[in-house]
Amino acid sequence: MAIKRLLIANRGEIAVRIQRSAKALGIETVQVYSEADAPMLAVKQADQAVCIGPAKAADSYLNIDAVIAAARETGADAVHPGYGFLAESAAFARAVADAGMVFVGPSADTIERMGDKVAAREAAEVAGVPVVPGSKGRLETVDDAVRIAGDIGYPVMIKAAAGGGGKGIRIASNADELKSMAPQAQAEAAAAFGDGGLYLERAIRSPRHIEVQIMGDGSDAVHYFERECSLQRRRQKVWEEAGATCLDEETRQSLCASAVALAKSVGYRGAGTLEYLYDEAANAFYFIEMNTRIQVEHPVSEMITGTDLVAEMIKVCGGAKLSHTQEDITHTGHAIEVRLNAEDPFMQFMPWPGQVTGLQWPQGEGVRVDHFLYAGYQVPPFYDSLVAKVIVHGADRADAIAKLATALSATDIGGLKTTIPLHQALCADPTVQAGAVHTQWLEPWLDAGHLMPPQSQGAA
Amino acid sequence: MATIQSPLPGTFYYKPDPDSAPFKSEGDAVAVGDTIGLVEVMKTFIEVKADAAGTFKAYVADNEAPVTAGEALAELSG
Repeated sequence: MAIKRLLIANRGEIAVRIQRSAKALGIETVQVYSEADAPMLAVKQADQAVCIGPAKAADSYLNIDAVIAAARETGADAVHPGYGFLAESAAFARAVADAGMVFVGPSADTIERMGDKVAAREAAEVAGVPVVPGSKGRLETVDDAVRIAGDIGYPVMIKAAAGGGGKGIRIASNADELKSMAPQAQAEAAAAFGDGGLYLERAIRSPRHIEVQIMGDGSDAVHYFERECSLQRRRQKVWEEAGATCLDEETRQSLCASAVALAKSVGYRGAGTLEYLYDEAANAFYFIEMNTRIQVEHPVSEMITGTDLVAEMIKVCGGAKLSHTQEDITHTGHAIEVRLNAEDPFMQFMPWPGQVTGLQWPQGEGVRVDHFLYAGYQVPPFYDSLVAKVIVHGADRADAIAKLATALSATDIGGLKTTIPLHQALCADPTVQAGAVHTQWLEPWLDAGHLMPPQSQGAA
Repeated sequence: MATIQSPLPGTFYYKPDPDSAPFKSEGDAVAVGDTIGLVEVMKTFIEVKADAAGTFKAYVADNEAPVTAGEALAELSG
């Protein structure tokens, strides 16, 4: 059943992005919004828009009943969840399916399975995907933890089986530390998640974050190559690239093949991303988790492969077979995306939800901007600070960085403070230019004062 | 009578977390710099500090209410 009317259960730049692909496919769009989001660009551009509740996300964008009611009311036959909010809620996917509509994503069962870290790891091992050496499944006692840690080798990371977002993670360098930390971690996991189950993994020092974009139609699956997202602040990606130039061709191929094997083994449908840690010294990659949705950084993969991943996920979830065989999907050049957040990078990244007084976007071949701004728009304070993404595609990585620097200097968002100066400083940094970064690199770089406001440079 | 205003637009909270008591109750002494609430702006929590001393009278903004920059959040007497 091809989709005819798609409800977009999201906001901001990704809502605008989804509408663009829907329109290209001749699909009508229904945009939901909160009371605080009535002026947003996605509302103006949609065929229909429905208010689903107050500003607070819990009462609007996270309110499953309100979203389903809006979909029924408008006669939508499909729902696209975007990223964040309800995108990885199995309950939401189930509610959409129970209402007789298409959920643009995998089945509720797949979301549930891949959203549980232990279950996802087991699925990876079954599919032959390397995982970080660690406990086989959950551990219930401290004695078990100490015995297993001896086998996998210190330092070990202690994680809550039901956890997420880094909560409850501890690193133990030896058995004594593990003995004192494990009970704390158990108590914390029980309090936070109602589940005191733990698991252990070897802690990889200074890893790179590499991920593979996949797409499945329920029976077959393909990859759109890898991305590197090692530049992170507070576990949030700030700068993403496709491909990962630290990988040799053989490693790249086996990495991407492993992602496809896992996607096929779970009968994956829609767009997904498998995240890995890459240990450069050992030239080894380890699966860490799967995101069962489109990601913020999908444009870099689109740029190097010349594809529209959002359109493809809508098509396959509407029942079509994959548009591409693996051989059809080729990559050229190198792409970089930077996230422009409404934050003051010179004031500890303090949020800055101002009113846009003027806009100037970069132009030219291989330059793309995904955003939801217009002159006069008041950025609401209730949601994420991401306001735009500048994406460039160059002949190689050095060319892409040069293009990015040019694009950023041509970008002006009047009335807001943004993270543009951070990205300009990163473009000019020799370590970034050499690609010698890892996930623990950016925060110490910021702490060391590499990012200075222009007027204070050279001051006594 | 002094009012304490929101330094930023966002969502106001007068409790440190849903299960705790409010930061201040009627009759409490308030010193300059005391935290009287939190404003959540773009997923970041900013402490709202009193810029005047006095005796706490009441919150005038509801817990979890959307507020604008400069909006009155609480009143002090004396």
